[in-house]
Amino acid sequence: MTMIFGIPVQALLGQLLVGLINGSFYAALSLGLAVIFGLLRIINFAHGALYMLGAFVGYLLLAFAGIGYWPALIVAPLIVGLFGAVLERTMLSRLYKLDHLYSLLFTFGLALFIEGTFRYFYGSSGQPYAVPPSLAGGTNLGFMFLPNYRAWVVVASFAVCIGTWFLIERTKLGSYLRAATENPTLVQAFGVNVPLLLTFTYAFGCALAGFTGILAAPIYQVSPVMGSNIIIIVFAVVVVGGMGSIFGAIATGYLLGLAEGLTKVIYPEASNIVVFVIMAVVLLVRPAGLFGKEA
Amino acid sequence: MQFKSTILAAATAALLASMPALAEPYRLGVLTDMSGMNFDLAGQGSVVAAQMAVEDFGGKLLGEPVEVIVGDHQNKPDIGSTLARRWIDEQNVKAIVDVPTSSVAMAVQEITRNSDTAFLVSTAGSSDLTGKACSPTTAQWTWDTYALANGTGRAITEEGGKKWYFITVDYTFGHALERDTSEAVLAAGGEVIGTVRHPRETTDFSSYLLQAQSSGADVVALANSSGDTMTALKQAAEYGITASGQRIAGMLLFLSDVHAVGLETAQGLTLTTGFYWDLDDQTRAWSKRFGERMNGKMPTMVHAGVYSSVMNYLKAAEAAGSVSGKAAIDKMRTMDINDFFARNAHLREDGRMVHDMYLVQVKTPEESKGPWDYYKVIRTIPGDQAFRPLDKSECPLVKK
Repeated sequence: MTMIFGIPVQALLGQLLVGLINGSFYAALSLGLAVIFGLLRIINFAHGALYMLGAFVGYLLLAFAGIGYWPALIVAPLIVGLFGAVLERTMLSRLYKLDHLYSLLFTFGLALFIEGTFRYFYGSSGQPYAVPPSLAGGTNLGFMFLPNYRAWVVVASFAVCIGTWFLIERTKLGSYLRAATENPTLVQAFGVNVPLLLTFTYAFGCALAGFTGILAAPIYQVSPVMGSNIIIIVFAVVVVGGMGSIFGAIATGYLLGLAEGLTKVIYPEASNIVVFVIMAVVLLVRPAGLFGKEA
Repeated sequence: MQFKSTILAAATAALLASMPALAEPYRLGVLTDMSGMNFDLAGQGSVVAAQMAVEDFGGKLLGEPVEVIVGDHQNKPDIGSTLARRWIDEQNVKAIVDVPTSSVAMAVQEITRNSDTAFLVSTAGSSDLTGKACSPTTAQWTWDTYALANGTGRAITEEGGKKWYFITVDYTFGHALERDTSEAVLAAGGEVIGTVRHPRETTDFSSYLLQAQSSGADVVALANSSGDTMTALKQAAEYGITASGQRIAGMLLFLSDVHAVGLETAQGLTLTTGFYWDLDDQTRAWSKRFGERMNGKMPTMVHAGVYSSVMNYLKAAEAAGSVSGKAAIDKMRTMDINDFFARNAHLREDGRMVHDMYLVQVKTPEESKGPWDYYKVIRTIPGDQAFRPLDKSECPLVKK
């Protein structure tokens, strides 16, 4: 068997692929955070809860309305996005004028509230959500057995990441969004409805979280705590990538997923701290993050 | 004048200090996980079971009212021990009940030992609680890592699963479960070819499962619990572990875990349990009462064990005429223990409550007649074979 650094190549390739799959979740989640922070300057601590909400909406649609995975993949993000829009309109928009800390504390409280509500009704063990039949089974790649669903996760999340980046960096709507955060008064003077744009942005970020949630549902248990399990890592991703940098969030998501995968082969005990070690080092060397512009 | 008022103040203080002790009812503290991954297997169900036992006993101990109070230790030893200490010092708690998470139970055991408080363990399963760390005020009621390891490990090895690979959760309980299972596997003629450790509450087992898959083992043993076991089972199905000819052994599975992952994923698993609600009329009758208070949920072995341990504690304390932990637990050792949960049972000097265990297999979706109809009993493991024999005990209380 061929070896690299004393590790069988097969094991290495397998773990790297697993890292890529995890990285897909990190990228899609940190992307939503980066959109919300980059355009609204809100540190959205409720992101994990919204991710959980996406998974639960999928589960509830299936359990009570018989709506399967594919329609849910569209419907669940819409519902979570709508929920986000209501939140922004009725509550968050009142905090824009205050210090960032207030929206951080508000969304943190919100996250605890949403999680607590679901825990009250569903306990903590999680609900089963089956892999859609069309993606069941897997493919033997020679070095590992790749479940088809996980391959789909990589593709879907990559497509969403690229799509979002394109929407914000390369379209007219995106340029309005960016302009509205630079100088809202001026953009408003041009006849653009800025408050509506902000609501749309927050709802879009929430919908991204909801989408990742339904994407994750067949892999992880649909459980009230699934959001808080992952959100800390996702925040680390955003910090390493550079707060607010959309490309940075995507690239760092995949990079840290791969780093985690590698660590699991070389020194498994460190796999759950490696992300934070990287974060600490990056903050020391480049306080604005790998892809951040300002310090 | 000064002297007089000082005396008066001192007398008042003494009176005040002694008053709560007179007025306070005896309390049983259910110290459990009310918010984390053990909530469904212990949590609220444990509280309900303890309350049922107190009600069935008549609500009074030695003529004083008895009350059940609840604490959430959040699976953290420091929080657990602070709560336990406060309960004992300030709230007249005479017995601490349940306590999921072995590391928390270890911490609480030291406090109950030093304060002569009864410790009725139902969820915590490290066999060290009645092994080298044993205490004269502890009764470990429901199960332990040795019994599960011995039941499941031996059965699967004897059926031909010779080469074992462990996916073990990295704390006291996981280590004990892995150690005890390895011993059972070796004794039955099998071998352990590899092991990997994962942190508690892991969300992704892919890399551990891949390592297990490529190890060439016959059996992939999950030496972890609740949330971790469920995630691992689900993902093992995804990676086609069983499809590729390996067998999965869930070393610790509760009924609530099987309910959560669903029969589709869990079917065919062999496991050892201390209780199943559908054993006979007695177990069904109690479980029905329990279900009525728990939205139709059926009890796990832990819930049944909490009821049985509290009931027997109350009987023993009444008979001993004392709420001293040591006196009550000592009395239990000489007492006849026999109810819907504890069959052929007795409490040993190391604190281990010995009773019949059951080797069961999870039904297929076709075999199951409805919700909670999950197990078929393969055989009953008699108590004296299920638990670690006294002559192999590391407990200093055991006279050899």
